[in-house]
Amino acid sequence: MIRKACAVALLAVAIAATGVRADEFTKEDLKKWDDAFRTVVKEGERLFHSSDLGKNSVSCDMCHPNAANTHPETYPKFQKQIGKMSGLRDMINWCIQNPQQGVPLAADDPRMVALEAYITWERRGVKLAPGKH
Amino acid sequence: MRNAIDRRTFLKQAGALTAAASLPFGLVNVAWGKKPTEKFTFAYISDAHITQIRGTEFVANFDKGLQRAALELNFLDPKPDFVVFGGDLAQLGKREEFEHGRELMKDVTIPIKWVIGEHDYYLDLGAYWQEHMAPLHYSFDHKGVHFVALNSILTHDEWTFRRWPTAQERMHQMARLDNPDGSPFMVKAEQREWLKKDLAKVPKDTPIVILSHSPLYKIFRPWNFWTDDADEVQAILKPYQNVMVFHGHVHQVLYNQIGTITFNAFMATAWPWPYPVTYSQLPNKVPEITVFMNRADPFKERDGTGWGNITMDGGEIHHYELWENTPRTVEKMPGMKYPADTKFQDPKSRIPAQTQY
Ligand SMILES: [Fe+2]
Ligand SMILES: [Fe+2]
Repeated sequence: MIRKACAVALLAVAIAATGVRADEFTKEDLKKWDDAFRTVVKEGERLFHSSDLGKNSVSCDMCHPNAANTHPETYPKFQKQIGKMSGLRDMINWCIQNPQQGVPLAADDPRMVALEAYITWERRGVKLAPGKH
Repeated sequence: MRNAIDRRTFLKQAGALTAAASLPFGLVNVAWGKKPTEKFTFAYISDAHITQIRGTEFVANFDKGLQRAALELNFLDPKPDFVVFGGDLAQLGKREEFEHGRELMKDVTIPIKWVIGEHDYYLDLGAYWQEHMAPLHYSFDHKGVHFVALNSILTHDEWTFRRWPTAQERMHQMARLDNPDGSPFMVKAEQREWLKKDLAKVPKDTPIVILSHSPLYKIFRPWNFWTDDADEVQAILKPYQNVMVFHGHVHQVLYNQIGTITFNAFMATAWPWPYPVTYSQLPNKVPEITVFMNRADPFKERDGTGWGNITMDGGEIHHYELWENTPRTVEKMPGMKYPADTKFQDPKSRIPAQTQY
């Protein structure tokens, strides 16, 4: 009995040390995270419509208005032109290097995350179809 | 008549050798009500989007498209009577872009019938165009067919004259296809009045061809695959028995039939646009009868681009010369209710690349 009480007390201390329980986030937190998401989508939209990524003033939206025909739901897939399994970010970099004559982005570059966020946001609700051609 | 593959191979060789040769296009004779006084062909090139990077540097990809179309025109047999340029010669309406585009087309030996696009208009509102190329709207008669070129990319005065601080800013805003701050295309009342007067002297059974940049019907407003007063324009055309509208702007194979009016769109020489059905967030009215052009390999620079060739002989036959994809032929034969692809109209006859991506 005493041991059990001790354990409960220890647990209380542990919770106090880490702040709140995992399920104790608030509506304000949700709002904050959604705002963070939207900010990045917005930045992705800006990049997608700017000539910042390449070197010849060509922008992504010139071929992909509203990010159409990027079909992010089909990635990763075997990309026949590359000859191996590729992710959406490989295709983003292909576009930056070829039609835009620019320098590819690192996978963890915040601009890459922003572009992925915008592209998938414009395709929200479409069923996942990895590998589809 | 050679098959498509032979023709394409021939084209490539002819282009590579720049030989004085002719293309053996299969031309089918058709009859449709009152015929033109003489059978003839004309070519259609559109949406070159010549883009200045800086100084004398231009986007090479787009240069190559226009250059190739201009070169290939010279190999056509029969030689087309003229070529229609369907608009968007420039990307940002700059004098340098117009001049460079015209330079790339300097070897075209047949007359060019210019139609203005929004990328040509919204920097100087047609000043360069009218001074060096063509009026913004005009008509002409050719072998029994009445042709009318319209400026279909006008919009609200408030947007054009008062919304933006500079002409450059206005041009940039209009150049973005998916712009939520954009504005719908219009022919507008003044030009519609001119069209009415122009057509008043034309007998109702004379074949009429309207050349516009935007589709004169409503497909998808967010990308201006749309003309806001299309219904009013169609009402003016309604009394005529055989009306064909040829337009650019959509950068894709697209055809439709509304009443007696047949609509046809052509590819760009610069790059292809997706069909609005590929944008999953909003509804669209893409014509059911259009068999989409396929996008077999976007890694190829000229994928989904090309130009067109039209035979007028009462009916109409359009040949779509797609550079990296199977060429297409769409025709409206006598007795046909709507235009149809000669090979792929039946879904069972389509190839996997037309439904996959
Ligand atoms: Fe265009
Ligand atoms: Fe256009």
